[in-house]
Amino acid sequence: MGIEVIFKGKNLIRLLEGLGIAMKISMISVAISIVLGIILGMLMTMKKPAVNAVLRAYLEIVRIMPQMVLLFIVFFGITKMTGINLSAETASLIVFSFWGTAEMADLVRGSLISIPAIQYESSMALGLSGFQTYVYVIIPQIIRRLIPLSINLITRMIKTTSLIMMIGIVEVLKVGQQIIEANRKTSPKAAFGVFAVIFLLYYLVCGPISALSKMLEKRWEN
Amino acid sequence: MDLEVIRSYIPLFAKAFFLTLRIGWIGIALAILIGMLSAFVLYFRIPMLSGFIKFYIELFRNTPLLIQLFFIYFGLPAIGLSISAEVCGAVALGLLGGSYMAESFRSGLEAVPYIQTESAMALGMSKGRLFISVILPQAISISVPAIVANIIFLLKETSVFSAISLMDLMFTAKDLIGLYYDTTESLFLLVIFYVIMLLPVSFAGSFLEKKMRYSMFGD
Repeated sequence: MGIEVIFKGKNLIRLLEGLGIAMKISMISVAISIVLGIILGMLMTMKKPAVNAVLRAYLEIVRIMPQMVLLFIVFFGITKMTGINLSAETASLIVFSFWGTAEMADLVRGSLISIPAIQYESSMALGLSGFQTYVYVIIPQIIRRLIPLSINLITRMIKTTSLIMMIGIVEVLKVGQQIIEANRKTSPKAAFGVFAVIFLLYYLVCGPISALSKMLEKRWEN
Repeated sequence: MDLEVIRSYIPLFAKAFFLTLRIGWIGIALAILIGMLSAFVLYFRIPMLSGFIKFYIELFRNTPLLIQLFFIYFGLPAIGLSISAEVCGAVALGLLGGSYMAESFRSGLEAVPYIQTESAMALGMSKGRLFISVILPQAISISVPAIVANIIFLLKETSVFSAISLMDLMFTAKDLIGLYYDTTESLFLLVIFYVIMLLPVSFAGSFLEKKMRYSMFGD
């Protein structure tokens, strides 16, 4: 079935290294996105019309533009328009952080507005200060909604980073293609085996993370 | 930006646009069908099938479309199962989307309170009648926002089709950049066509979300 190619020489290690490169890029973008996303999400609920208009436009752009298009714009477009030469890694970091930040901000905004007004009113009736309301009432409720959703976002970002091969980064899919090409004569069925293994590798990375998110969601639902 | 270049590119992009739209909507129709059937299987806990569907959903939700496409387009022919790029795109999109739609439909079905079933039974409805006239309409209206979000997600994912040499918008843009080096114009048209494709769906989504929120919270 062509799976034997994987165990030839250093092929498996090369595949894993490729996966590592994709993971590195997704993890850095996840970290940036979470920090910026929380800040922007909070800004969005402050009801400042000007800020809101800008952020809404930003969210809408990210919502309807495929990540591939954003990658192309940053990687090819910026170079052509400004002459700045971005490496493929930098371009993908910019795009995935840009995208992830918007997604995270939307999650934060969503969980903030999902808290019914009665929670604020009750806290006020109990004589809690604004700060106390947030620390003791609102934030504990938000965190329970937010953590499973953000873990879910992490798996989505990991899946989306597979696109980086399209701008020439040698990650797991590209390594897979190289292995298939190199063994075209000796094992013509390699395409099946190699892609099946990559399929499984992604599942092994994302499966447990989404299982964790599901478990937390179940445990915390009231 | 050169307007002359843009004008000469528009027909090429329009052609790619309709191709993307066609495969996209076939894939989405397939996804809704697969998703609904899978959700029914899970909801009624049909033995055997349930386990299989759960495995399918897990597998396709946790892998990128790009890998699924590569596996179906390059992997399967190696063991003698060869299909055209267009069919491959629609099928892969249908399978990926099916796993997302299944989750949305299932959570919609489970969100219908049990009292609805009890009341319908008290009224003497048959099991089939109960499901079709009471549970299903409520479940679908609950899952509509999630389904619209999935549709947007799937339409965006079609941009990956260029990897298996389907002449979609992305492929056309890449091709033209490679051939004539009119990067700015090609990217501009690429963005415009994706906006035309996705903005209406996105607006419909926000509208439905507001309606849902109004019916739940009243603000």
